[in-house]
Amino acid sequence: MISNYYFINVIRFTLLVLVQVLIFNRLNFLGYINPMVYVLFIYWYPVKQHRATFIGLSFLLGLFVDFFSDTMAINAMATITIAYLRPTIMRFVFGVNYEFQSFKLSSATQVQQFTFLALLIVIHHLIFFTVEIFSFDNILLIFKKAVAMTLATLFFCLLFSSLFSIEKK
Amino acid sequence: MQQIINFVLRYKNFLLYVFLMLVSIGFTIQSHSYHQSSFFNSASWFTGNIYKTSHNLSSYFNLEKENKKLVKENTRLRSLLFNKKNTRIVELDTSQLSYTITSAEVIKNSFAHPRNYITINKGKKDSVLSDMGVITSEGILGIIENVSNHNATVQSILNEKSNINAKLKNTNHFGSLVWNTENFYTVQLVDIPRLVPLVVGDTIVTGGMSSIFPENIPIGTISKFDLDNSKSFWRIDIALFNDMTNIKNVYIINNLNRKEVLELQQKTDFK
Repeated sequence: MISNYYFINVIRFTLLVLVQVLIFNRLNFLGYINPMVYVLFIYWYPVKQHRATFIGLSFLLGLFVDFFSDTMAINAMATITIAYLRPTIMRFVFGVNYEFQSFKLSSATQVQQFTFLALLIVIHHLIFFTVEIFSFDNILLIFKKAVAMTLATLFFCLLFSSLFSIEKK
Repeated sequence: MQQIINFVLRYKNFLLYVFLMLVSIGFTIQSHSYHQSSFFNSASWFTGNIYKTSHNLSSYFNLEKENKKLVKENTRLRSLLFNKKNTRIVELDTSQLSYTITSAEVIKNSFAHPRNYITINKGKKDSVLSDMGVITSEGILGIIENVSNHNATVQSILNEKSNINAKLKNTNHFGSLVWNTENFYTVQLVDIPRLVPLVVGDTIVTGGMSSIFPENIPIGTISKFDLDNSKSFWRIDIALFNDMTNIKNVYIINNLNRKEVLELQQKTDFK
C-alpha cells in the first residue's frame, strides 16, 4: 500500500514535469499563454501524508520545471507557497470534514473540488507573475497575465483531473 | 533550551517553507545581478538531452519549410558572390580570418517571458563559448550565455537584460537595442539623437562597436518612432525580420579578434 503510493507519486511527478516542459511550455497560445498543469501534483497529493516531505517534493517539482524553462527559481517559489498553504486552503474549502481521518478528495462535492483547485492556481499564478515581472509599474500586466493564465490552467487541470480521476476505493 | 527545541518542532513546516523560499530567492537574485545562473539553465546534460530527444522526434515536421528558407539564403549569397566586382578565388588561408561561423539547431525556444532563453545543440565540444553572437539567415537572434559540453543557452534579443549595439543602415548613427517585454515581433532602439532624420521603413543593422557581432547584420525595419521623456532622443520601435516564434537553423559567430579588442578597451579604461 505504502510502496504503491510512492510509485504513483513518482510516476505522476515525472510525467507532469515532462508534459509541462515538452507540451505546455510550447503552447504559446495568443503569444503568452502556457498553462502550468504541473500544479495538479499539489492538488492530487494524498491528504494525510507527512507535510514536510510534501513541501520538499513541491520544491523539487518547481525546481525541475525551472531547470527546463530557464526561469531561475520562480516556479519553485510559487509551488512551495501553495504547498505550504494547502492545509489552510483545504480547511477553508472543505470545512470540518477535512479534519476527519477518512477524508478523501474524491468524496468532496464537485463545487468544493473546483474551488480548491481554483484557489491553488490563483495563488500560484499571482506569485509567479509578481516575481517574474517584479515591478509595480506593470501591476496591470501582472493581473492581465495572471487572469488569462489562470483560466487556461484551470481549463486544462479540470480536463486532466476528469480524465485521470483519483483512486475510487 | 527546551523552549527553543519545542519552538523548532512546533513550527518545523513553517521553518522549512521559509528556508526553501530563501534558497529560491537566493538563486533568483544571483542570476538577476549578472548572468543567468550557470547551474540553473536548460543547457545542462540532463535537460539538454531531454530537449534533444524531443527535438529529434519533432524536427521532421517542418523540414520542407526549413529547406526553402535555406535555399533562399543560398540564392541570395550566390547572387552576392557572382556580382562581386573583383572576383577572385578565396584562398583558404585561415590565419587571415576575423570571424568563424558554426551552424547549430534550436532545441528549445521561448518568447513568452520577460527573460527569454533559447537552447541550441552545440556546446564546448564544438568550441562554442559564452559571449559569441547567434544569428539566423534573416537576422540577429542573441548572444550565447551558458555553455555545457554539448548544448548552450542563448540570451535572446527578446530579453529585458539584452543590450546590443545597433545603427541605421548606411549611416553611423548608433544606439542600443533593447526590449520592453511587450510584443515579441518588435524590439526598441534607444539613444538615437533627435537630430537624426528617420523614416518609417528604414532598416536597422548591427553596429560596428560590438565585439560580438560583425557590422551590418540585419535586425529589422522602423515601424514607429517618437521622442522619449528627455525630448532629445528618439524611441524607435523596430519590426524584426526574424519570426522569433519559428526558428530552427542558426549560425554562431566567433569573433577571433574579440580578446584583443577587450584587452585594449580594458587598458584604456584603466587610464
